[in-house]
Amino acid sequence: MNLGDFSFGNLGHAYLPDKWIFRNYGGEVSRGQILSLLGPNGSGKTTLLKILLGALKPTEGTVKVNGQVAFVPQLFQVAFDYTALDMVLMGRAKNIGLFSQPTKEDEEASLRALEQVGLAEMAHRPFHEMSGGQRQLIIFARALVAEADILILDEPTSALDLKNQNAILEWIDRLARQKNLTVIFSTHHPHHAYAVADRALLMLGESNYAAGAVNDVLTESNLSKLYELPFRRVCYEYKSQSVETLIPVLRPTKTALASAESY
Amino acid sequence: MTELSKKFAQRINNFTSQIRLRLSQSQWTNPGPLAVILFLCVLASLFYGSYPVTASRTLGILINLLLPSGWLDSSALDLKEIAVITIIRPPRILVAVFSGVALGMSGTALQGMMRNPLVGPDLVGVSSGAAFGSVLGFWLGLFEKPVIILAMASIGGCCALLLTMALAKMVGGKSDGLPLILAGFFVGAFFLACVGLLLYVNNPFYPRGQRTYNIIYWLLGMFRGADSAKALVVTLTTLIGGVVLMGLRWRINLLSLGDLDAKSLGIDVSWLRWLLIITVSFMVAGQVSVSGVVAWVGLIIPHCARMLVGPDHRRLMPTSALLGGLFVLGLDNFTRTVIKGEIPVGVLSGFIGTPLICFLFWKTKTKGWNES
Repeated sequence: MNLGDFSFGNLGHAYLPDKWIFRNYGGEVSRGQILSLLGPNGSGKTTLLKILLGALKPTEGTVKVNGQVAFVPQLFQVAFDYTALDMVLMGRAKNIGLFSQPTKEDEEASLRALEQVGLAEMAHRPFHEMSGGQRQLIIFARALVAEADILILDEPTSALDLKNQNAILEWIDRLARQKNLTVIFSTHHPHHAYAVADRALLMLGESNYAAGAVNDVLTESNLSKLYELPFRRVCYEYKSQSVETLIPVLRPTKTALASAESY
Repeated sequence: MTELSKKFAQRINNFTSQIRLRLSQSQWTNPGPLAVILFLCVLASLFYGSYPVTASRTLGILINLLLPSGWLDSSALDLKEIAVITIIRPPRILVAVFSGVALGMSGTALQGMMRNPLVGPDLVGVSSGAAFGSVLGFWLGLFEKPVIILAMASIGGCCALLLTMALAKMVGGKSDGLPLILAGFFVGAFFLACVGLLLYVNNPFYPRGQRTYNIIYWLLGMFRGADSAKALVVTLTTLIGGVVLMGLRWRINLLSLGDLDAKSLGIDVSWLRWLLIITVSFMVAGQVSVSGVVAWVGLIIPHCARMLVGPDHRRLMPTSALLGGLFVLGLDNFTRTVIKGEIPVGVLSGFIGTPLICFLFWKTKTKGWNES
């Protein structure tokens, strides 16, 4: 198993006896690859991420990790008005002894990480005053300063506008391709997985899942089964390249139908 | 009316933000100036009291004490004044300062650990638990054994804190919101009822009478009658607990992010929380076993310190310690000099704390700190 590799097998978790959230799940991802986790609300995505992170012991099964893991939670509020620099500095926790305080080197490393995500000038601004996208980038900077090999993100694009969603996806891609980090992220948007992920895991039911390469797993039939909605494959051009993705066919509004008729 | 209240709240928020910004850019982030102020206040407290001793005579006595005998002519010094400056006042000043330091630091640690700026040692039941432990010790006739009283107070405080956290978790799912404050209130009320029962029930070790009266007076937060043994207890417990909390102060930043995030940063959350619970209980027990329940200090002081130096516990912890010492020393000086009847410090801190906490509570509504 190489550094940054991540695999899990026969994984199952039940908060109550015999009330399985999922069972016999398995999957793997190699260094520098991106794994996307998709499932409807209540399917156990966050539980699975907690298990992969090591914060929750699975009821059964094993998780094999080689390397340090960092976590980027869903957009969250901090109880106190820490600055962006304070937040990034916390990523150094593993390198700092129980009764020790961060050194000047730790602060410099944190500032460098903030520079990398383009927010160095905001180092002394309160974290809670920042936009959702900026906060997410600060948490990315925290993961960078932790010198992690594997990054786990819980719905990183939720509650963000389209521009910020795109920026976060670009960052996920950059971290995997340029920093050679293994990235695992959960999402509700199949086209996000299509845009950046190499592999995908679909949580279809208690012991029903589909895992593998994105093109093999993210199919119309799998996604239709997962979200109980029809999906259509569309092609578009992005920077002179032909790109394919899947979009859900949502119920059209009366206005949309009327304009279609007039067309 | 609501519009007016919002505008007023906005103005206050802007004002406090401005103050914080100015202070964060100035030397206030360094606790040095506060330490100097505290030292000067301690010196002033030596000659400030019902028995008048002038500043120059106080300094003369202190210099005479510090220099080897024979260097200065000590015949001009008054024996009564020497007794006041060297025997009577120092224990009381030490008890006041270290009680404030203990409450300020433990309040800061609790607020950070529980991610809740509305908690303090008295609000989560620690003080009541420690008071119960101490009174149980007195009830068993262990007046002359301060170490056993301290141990019982520590166990009482620790049990109360654990009960509060368990109850809040059971009711609220997570122990950092309103359920925590309510649980603290319930547990505190329970331990105070236990204290009442002990004071009511007669036993051979502890006959009712003057001692009961003294204990009730002590429970209100009283520094009168502080002696060197009491000063030693509160100084040692505060110094030991203070060293641990100063060491862990940056870790409290991590803990204040919540369990999952803190765990993901690679820290052992449960071990750290246990360490803080034991340390806080020990410090509060040291304070309560010597000077009773001094309410609100552990809640107000971290807030004031946060306004001065921001929320980073690396700066907040020493600032809270110094401000706590200053505040309680000020209250004690006020009660022993201005008010001749000596109102207990706990009562006085309640009078100051209640309007202040009402203001802070109102400020929560207007986003004085983050609502999560």
